[in-house]
Amino acid sequence: MVDVSIANIRPDRAAVASQWQLIWWAFKRHKLAMAALVVTVAMYVVALVPGFFAINDPTAQNARATFHPPQKIHFFDTSNGIEFGPHYYPMRLTRDPNTLAAIYIEDTSRKVPVTFFGRGYTYSVLGLFETDIHLVASADKARPLFLFGADRLGRDVYSRVVQGAQVSLSIGLVGVCLSLLLGIVLGGISGYYGGRIDFVMQRVIDFVLSLPTIPIWLALAAALPQGWPATLQYLMITIILSFTGWAQLARVVRGRFLSLRTEEFVAAARLDGVPESRIIFRHMLPSFSSHVIASVTLAVPAMILAETSLSFLGLGLQPPTISWGVLLREAQNIRSIATAPWLFMPGLAVVIAVMALNLLGDGLRDAADPYNK
Amino acid sequence: MRRANLNAGVPMLKFIIKRLLWMIPSLFAVSFLAFVLIQLPPGDFVTTYIATLASSNEVVDQNTAAQLRERFGLDQPMLVQYLKWIWGIVTSGDFGISFEWQQPVSGLIWERMALTLVLAVASLLATWAIALPIGVYSAVKKYSIGDYAFTAFTFFGLSIPSFLLALVLMYVAAVEFGQDVGGLFSPEYETASWSIGKMFDLLTHLWLPVAILAVSSTASLIRVMRANMLDELPKPYVTTARAKGLSEFRLLTKYPLRIALNPFISTIAWLLPNLISGSVVVAIVLNLPTAAPLLLQSLMAQDMYLAGAFVLLICALTLIGSLISDILLALVDPRIRLE
Repeated sequence: MVDVSIANIRPDRAAVASQWQLIWWAFKRHKLAMAALVVTVAMYVVALVPGFFAINDPTAQNARATFHPPQKIHFFDTSNGIEFGPHYYPMRLTRDPNTLAAIYIEDTSRKVPVTFFGRGYTYSVLGLFETDIHLVASADKARPLFLFGADRLGRDVYSRVVQGAQVSLSIGLVGVCLSLLLGIVLGGISGYYGGRIDFVMQRVIDFVLSLPTIPIWLALAAALPQGWPATLQYLMITIILSFTGWAQLARVVRGRFLSLRTEEFVAAARLDGVPESRIIFRHMLPSFSSHVIASVTLAVPAMILAETSLSFLGLGLQPPTISWGVLLREAQNIRSIATAPWLFMPGLAVVIAVMALNLLGDGLRDAADPYNK
Repeated sequence: MRRANLNAGVPMLKFIIKRLLWMIPSLFAVSFLAFVLIQLPPGDFVTTYIATLASSNEVVDQNTAAQLRERFGLDQPMLVQYLKWIWGIVTSGDFGISFEWQQPVSGLIWERMALTLVLAVASLLATWAIALPIGVYSAVKKYSIGDYAFTAFTFFGLSIPSFLLALVLMYVAAVEFGQDVGGLFSPEYETASWSIGKMFDLLTHLWLPVAILAVSSTASLIRVMRANMLDELPKPYVTTARAKGLSEFRLLTKYPLRIALNPFISTIAWLLPNLISGSVVVAIVLNLPTAAPLLLQSLMAQDMYLAGAFVLLICALTLIGSLISDILLALVDPRIRLE
């Protein structure tokens, strides 16, 4: 990629470039943030069509594969010369003669080829249409491929992590959208009108910010009836998370409103008789939207972590809904993680997602700051 | 100069009184919130109690249920229940009765709350002790290998959920060292009364949860400290001090560090809620005898007065944290108390 920095862009171009153009140039210089952007986009693509990236049906149980260890895909066959052909060796279940514990042994005599864009279980794409094409598919349905191993019910951990991305990654976005809505309305009113309204709103924001979030979330989540349908539960959890999340965003919006209120261009617009709503949406909003976007990007990972913690404690989403937090419940007791350390894989997914979003948000914040050299 | 010094105490005192007065409505708001929160679940403890009995084939008739409700005051309107509850707390420190344990809430909570506070304060101190030198180092040696290593650590620390870190450490301890790291006491001290031996035992167990909790807060604090120092370092007064021949260490500690510490103190306000809030999940995973596991249990069982007392006390603790941070900040920075 050609290194594009503000410095070597011709000054005449920089002078007429729009604000978004300038932010994009500044952002592109930030290598780590660019990498984070790529990872984030890739993860959200997976979250959009998890069925395509999954290998086995994430809900299918398999009594013959409890705590099945992870398998490797071999790309070259070296049995007679070197030959390209992705394949894996299925594992045979035997028992330890003394303890009767399950032992899986790789059966190298049987080779199962792996096909790309092959056929597997049927899934629905965003509820629009159904298909059975998968990125990776195994040729032998009776001996499934467990890329990240299997859990205590023999369900494929890899496919479950991929499927969980949909709920875990979207809950952050939906929750942040709700918080943003509340934050912009309340923070906007507070910052725009000032005075007594601002004073009251400030106390409310201070109060909400001083609350310890997790005990409050726990108490709120404990109030949810266990038997609710998954979609309603999902909605309620996002509402619970936004209950405390809006205050931070409201504070950002208010601060921006306060500093912009006294700017000359706002005063000029007001003197020209521009209606209030147009001043807010046409003149003020565009000039601080970049800051808001950066704050929002930094709020998403916090929401993801919150959902994971709540579901992990059993007060968030409930199985059969698949989210990373729900999956990590399987890793709750020391006995199961000692036998199957691959149950930590959903945790790795959380760490990667949160790290990528944090780096992305940081990069955006730096790029959106016009005083940042 | 002398006159200014004499008068400095008055605005400070005014500020502290004003801030203390603000605590009163905040505490009431918190108590009301806690009460509403624990009232939210549909049904009450009696419903849950009957359901538990029903699952073991015991039937409770309507009369007994009504009697139980009357005894616990559950048949009254919510506001009346709240006023009774808060009146009991304010006048005699009576937090009501735990339905599940059949004993006064105040007998159950204090030791656990004290341990929660010990854990939070220990984590806070650990966070400061680690974050301060690393933050300064990262700023002074900007873009060095050490700086990059610490930056990588901070990003990792911010991304890993604390309960996951606790699980991984438990796994490592159990599989690699064959040790059980849960709890805050060795079995022989668990029910013993407080003694020097028990205190020492607590210290040997405390480091793990403290380390886990300190990771994420240290990560954010290092970044705050580094940014603050980077703002101060290029300023002319630093150059002046250097030109006058001050040693680099003395120069750092005497001027820029003191100014950069300012936002550092204000972080207590959000660090303490974060630490207490974060300790909830870690304490449940590690099965620590702090407030959190009992809070979770009481929420599940709709043991409302016990849950309410915990939510109230945890919230009050964070409010006090922000009070302390505001007062410290006013002591350090005269601009705030004159505002």
